[in-house]
Order: sequence, then C-alpha cells, then structure tokens
Amino acid sequence: MNYNWDWSVFFREVPSGGATYVDWLLAGLGWTIAVALSAWIIAFSLGSILGVMRTLPNRVLSGIATAYVEIFRNIPLLVQLFIWFYVVPELLPREIGDAIKQMDPTSSQFLTAFLCLGTFTAARVCEQVRAGIGSLGRGQKNAGLAMGLSLPQTYRYVLLPMAFRVVIPPLTSEFLNVFKNSAVALTVGLFELTAQTRQITEYTAQTFEAFIVTTILYLMITMIVIIVMRWVEKRTLVPGYIGGA
Amino acid sequence: MYEFDWSSIPGAMPFLIDGMVLTLKLLLLAVAIGIVWGTLLALARLSRFKLLSAAAGAYVNLFRSVPLILVIFWFYFLVPFILAAITGNAGVSVGAFYSALVAFALFEAAYYCEIMRAGIQSVPRGQLSAAYAVGMTYGQAMRLVILPQAFRNMLPLLLTQSIILFQDTSLVYVISLSDFLGAASKVGTRDGRLAEMYLLAAGVYFAMSFAASSFVKRLQTRYAI
Repeated sequence: MNYNWDWSVFFREVPSGGATYVDWLLAGLGWTIAVALSAWIIAFSLGSILGVMRTLPNRVLSGIATAYVEIFRNIPLLVQLFIWFYVVPELLPREIGDAIKQMDPTSSQFLTAFLCLGTFTAARVCEQVRAGIGSLGRGQKNAGLAMGLSLPQTYRYVLLPMAFRVVIPPLTSEFLNVFKNSAVALTVGLFELTAQTRQITEYTAQTFEAFIVTTILYLMITMIVIIVMRWVEKRTLVPGYIGGA
Repeated sequence: MYEFDWSSIPGAMPFLIDGMVLTLKLLLLAVAIGIVWGTLLALARLSRFKLLSAAAGAYVNLFRSVPLILVIFWFYFLVPFILAAITGNAGVSVGAFYSALVAFALFEAAYYCEIMRAGIQSVPRGQLSAAYAVGMTYGQAMRLVILPQAFRNMLPLLLTQSIILFQDTSLVYVISLSDFLGAASKVGTRDGRLAEMYLLAAGVYFAMSFAASSFVKRLQTRYAI
C-alpha cells in the first residue's frame, strides 16, 4: 500500500484562504445537523397527524393518509429531492416560483432538502405512530369512549400518551435515518458533511483521512442520538411494562 | 404556468430501458450477494465465539450508522485502490458499476444480517437439539434444518428490504452511472426537460415499488402462521 498518510492536512489553509479544512468539515457537519433537525420537526408533526388520521373511522381522512404514505414510500428519496428542486418551483404560481429561483443558492438548497426530507420521513413516522396506536388494542379506545370521552379526548388523554411511548424505539431509528438521509442534499449542491468531505479529497488528495474522519463523525452523531433517545425512553417509561417498551 | 413537453421521451426510450436494465442488474446481484453475506454475518453474530460475534456486531453497527452515499463514495475509490494493491498494477480498473455493486452488497448485508438473525432466533431451540440428536453436524443442522425455516419466515422482510434497495440503487447517480435515474437525468439535461424526466422517473419507480410491495403484502397474508 503506497499511500502517503498525512493527518496534518486538516489544519492546512484552504486555497481560497481564511479557513482550514477543519472549518470546512465543521461547516458541513453544521448543515447536516441543521437539515436533519429541521426536517425532523416536519416529519414528527406531520407524521403524527397522518398516523392518527390512518386510525380514524373516517374513510376519507384515512384514505388521504394512506395515499400519502404510499406515494412518499414508493418513490426513491433522490427522485423526490429532484422533484422538489426542479419541478415544484415550476408548478407554483409564477411569482412564488420566481422568488424561489432568485433566492441565494444555499437557501433554496437548504429549503428543498428540509422540505423533501421532512415530508419523506413523515410517511415513515406515520406508519410507526399508526402501529403504536394499533398495538394498544381496541379495549383502550372503547374504554375511553365508554367513560364518556369524545373521540378527540380519547386520543388526547388515552391513546396518544401511550402510543408515543410505545413507538420511541422505532422512532429513534427513523431519527437516525434523517441524519443519514440528509447526505442526499449534496446532489442539489448543499455542502453538508459528505459533500465537504468530497471537496476536501478533491483539493488535497488525502482521501482516506477525510473519509475516515467523516465516518467517525457520522458514528458520533449516531451514538449521541442513541444516548439522548435512551434518556427520553427512560424518562417516559410506562410503569408495569417490561423495559417500558 | 410551466408548459410540459413530453416529446423527448419516445426517442430516449432505448437509453432509458438500458438504464432500467442496469438498475435491475445491480439490484439482483446486490440482493444475491447481500443475502448470502448477511446470512453468514448472522451466523457469526449468533456464534459462541465471542470474538467472531463481536466482529460481526461491529460490522453491522458500522454500516448501519453511516449514509449509503458515503459508503458508495468510500468504495468508489477504495475498490480500485485494493485492486491495485492485490495485483500490483495501478492501472487496473473495474469501473463504477462494480464498485457500486460492492458498496451495495456490503451495505445491505448489514440489514439482511439483522433480518436473518431474527429469523434464526425465531426457530425453536428444540429444532437444533433434534438435528444434533440425529447426528447432524453444526453445518448440516444450519443448512438443512434451521436456515430453510428462518429464510421462509423472513421472506416478506427480505423482500421489503430488497424493495428499499431497489429505490436506493438510484443513489448511483452520485458516481455518474447511467442507471434508470441517471439515464433520465442525462436525457433531461440534454433536452432541457429535467422536470418531465424526473416526473417520469417518479412514476416508473412508484409503479414498480408499489406493485412489488402489494405482492409482498399478499405473500405475507398467505404465509402467515
């Protein structure tokens, strides 16, 4: 293996000056985290609403949610991203479309990635929430209604507080997926972590160092997410359940 | 409002079909290699030898923690490098297709491993004892008794994972392979019709994934125990 290892490469100044390669990596890490966290907000809120809709007795509402899930789960994420980036601005009314095209590139790339990843992950969150509500059994819902609670009240006070705690483990893996999937944003030009790594290898040819550090950074994100979610899981443990799950 | 113009599609059909053939070739090879390697990893994870199961566990956790795109890039430069190291000839090249295949097979094996592990664990322990009691070796017990049942129990999950892999093959776009999405993108760029080509790609991927997952659902109800 004739490869010149040089770990000091990260502290060298970039060609445009004023920054080192470490700064590039950190900037990339920042975008990865920003896209993932903001997308998760959409994914979690929209996904929860859709998940509840799928369990409702109303055919129309559950039909809409089912159609949403089927569409967003059966089209590859990358294709969805391209549709948000190249097609949606064309379909919007002219003024809005033009406004989007005139945005500075980074903002429109971020907006696209954030909407795309959020709506994509919402379909997955929806399925988990639905499974969580389904796992509670018919008895809980009937008991709530028999007590004289309305259907919204039954969801609010009986079903959802249990369902959300039951689905924390599968939601943890969806949350991890948001971080990993955010790497597709590089295809529309957003300089998140993986894109910065590629850029560093192009400028320095120290491919291994750059990719090893990035792999470690992704591993660290995974570990931190798992630790945080374990803590959430412990805090919300349902007494009397094995392991709370 | 945007004027759609679908006229570039008929002429581009042969190129798009070539792209779909490449996608399916990549998919089938990656699924075949991934399931075999994943099953071996699952056996390693369940092994009595601590070192072996720890190594398999580390492999699975590593691949499940990093984005697939990063893995594709890793192997895009790693495969030629390893080949050069093995053959001692820096000029050897296998092309983007094979480095993508290696990336997908090794990456998906981590997911198939977890499915097969659950499948093996779902077989009652008595079956293994029975196999040993009639004089089978470990290899025979696994090959003739445990794995066929594990495989059958997990078939819907293996297929679902393969549908996800089918969608993920579109990521080879990042190393400029002309798979179905890559072909659609190239035609769209050439004719200035990206919007139409991406909508077409979305429609085709949707139809194929939807049909495949409906099939898996039917299979699941038929084989339900």
